[in-house]
Amino acid sequence: MATAPLALDVRDLYKRFGSHEVLKGVGLAAARGDVISLIGSSGSGKSTLLRCINLLEQPHAGRIALAGEELRLVADRDGSLKAADAGQLQRFRARLAMVFQHFNLWAHLTAIQNVMEAPVHVLGQPKAEAREKALAMLARVGVAHRRDHFPAHLSGGEQQRVAIARALAMEPEVMLFDEPTSALDPELVGEVLKVMRDLAAEGRTMVVVTHEMAFAREVSSQLVFLHDGRIEEQGDPRGVLANPSSERLRQFLAGSLK
Amino acid sequence: MNLEAIGESLPSFVEGLQVTAILLAAALALGLAAALPLAFARTSTRAWLSKPVWLFTYVIRGTPMLVQLFLLYYGLAQFEAVRESVAWPWLSSAWFCAIAAFAINTCAYTTEILAGALEATPAGEIEAARALGMGRATVMRRILLPSALRRAIPAYSNEAIMMLQGTSLASIVTLLDLTGAAREMNSRTYLPFEAFLTAAAFYLALTFALVSLFHLAERRWLAHLAPRR
Repeated sequence: MATAPLALDVRDLYKRFGSHEVLKGVGLAAARGDVISLIGSSGSGKSTLLRCINLLEQPHAGRIALAGEELRLVADRDGSLKAADAGQLQRFRARLAMVFQHFNLWAHLTAIQNVMEAPVHVLGQPKAEAREKALAMLARVGVAHRRDHFPAHLSGGEQQRVAIARALAMEPEVMLFDEPTSALDPELVGEVLKVMRDLAAEGRTMVVVTHEMAFAREVSSQLVFLHDGRIEEQGDPRGVLANPSSERLRQFLAGSLK
Repeated sequence: MNLEAIGESLPSFVEGLQVTAILLAAALALGLAAALPLAFARTSTRAWLSKPVWLFTYVIRGTPMLVQLFLLYYGLAQFEAVRESVAWPWLSSAWFCAIAAFAINTCAYTTEILAGALEATPAGEIEAARALGMGRATVMRRILLPSALRRAIPAYSNEAIMMLQGTSLASIVTLLDLTGAAREMNSRTYLPFEAFLTAAAFYLALTFALVSLFHLAERRWLAHLAPRR
C-alpha cells in the first residue's frame, strides 16, 4: 500500500513569545497540488504558523516533514527548537519558497538579478541557465519588460510579482505566501491574485495566509480558520464559508464581509 | 603675489603631492581593509566581540589624530625596550608612524560608518535570503555586504576627504608632503601667503578628484536609490 507521502506534513506545533502562547498544537497536511488558505483575525497565529514551517520562527514543539522527509530538530538554548543540521534546513527552505507581505526584494539588485540570485548561489545553477529561467519566470508573472529595473522603481504589484518569480525560480515543492496582497493598493491586488490563481490551477502546492475571502473560497482546496493559536474550524472552503459551524468563524466572516 | 617664487617651488610641490597621495592611499586602503571585519564584530550580538571594537573606535575618535601621531612617533621612542625591539627600524620611521596613525584613525571612523550601514540593512531582505535557503556566509557575502557597502559610500566619501586634509599633519613629523613643501618654501622665501596658497590649491584639486571619483561610484552602485528615471 504505497500511498504517496504528503507534500507538507506539519504536526502539533507549539510556539510562544515570552509567556504568550501563540500556537497551541497546530497541524497542517497538504497533499500534492493542495492549496491551503489560512484565515483568522490578527493575532490568531496564522503568520507565525507559516513562519514556523520554514523555521523563520523557532517553534517550541512540533514536527515538520516535506515529501516524507522529516526536518531534524533539537533543543536550542532558549528552549525552542532549532534545526539539528543547518545544511538540511537550507535544503528544506530552498524546497519551500516563501513570498512575503512586504515583498522583501533585495533593493540593490534589479528584478532579474533578484530572481537569479538564489538559483545561482543556493542551487548552483550556471548563470546563463539561471538568467534564461529567470526571464521565463518574469514573463510568466507579466513583468519581463521591467527586468532591469530596481525594486524601488517598480509598483507594489510589480514588486510582489517579481517576488513570486523569485520564489518560482527555486522550483519549490511547496510555496508559502504570507499575506501577499495585504501591503498592496486595492487596484493592484487583482494582478497578484491572478498570478496566484494561475499557479494553483497548474497544480502547485501552496499554503496561503490571506484576508481575501473570494480567493480562499474559489482557489483553495482546504480552508483553515485559526483562532487564539488553535484550529477552530477547517475543511472544504465552500462548505465552511457557506455554513460555518463555529460561532467565532461566523463572527469573523461577518466582520470581514464589508 | 610672487608668481615667480611659486613657479620655482613647483617641483617640490609636485613631489609633495606624491607624498600626500601615497599617505592617503595607504591609510585608506589599510584602514578600510581592517574596518570590514571590525564592523562585523562591532555589530555582533556577542559582547566579547563587539565591546573591544566599541572601545577602540571610542578611544581613537575621542582623541586628536595629531596626539596619536605624536604618541607613536615621539612617545614610543622614550622606552628603551621599544628602541631595542625588532620593530624599532619601523617605529623610528616617520613614514611608518604617519601611515600607521592615519590608518588606525580612518579605520575607527570607517568601522563606525560600515557598522551603521550593516545595521541599516532591512531585516526583511535578510529574512528573504534565509527563507530561500542561503546559509550565513552566503547571506553575508551576497546580500548583507553588497547592500551595506553601497549604503556606506556617501558617508565614506566624507571620511576620505577628511583623511586627505588630515594627512597634512605628516609635515609635523618631518615628511615633505604638500604642507611640508609649503613650509619648506616659506622658510626659504619668507612668502607664507604664496607658499600656503599653493598648497591649498593642490589640496583643492585632490579633493575635486576624490569627489568626482565618489560621484562616479554612487552613479554606478547607488542607482537603486536614485529617483526613478
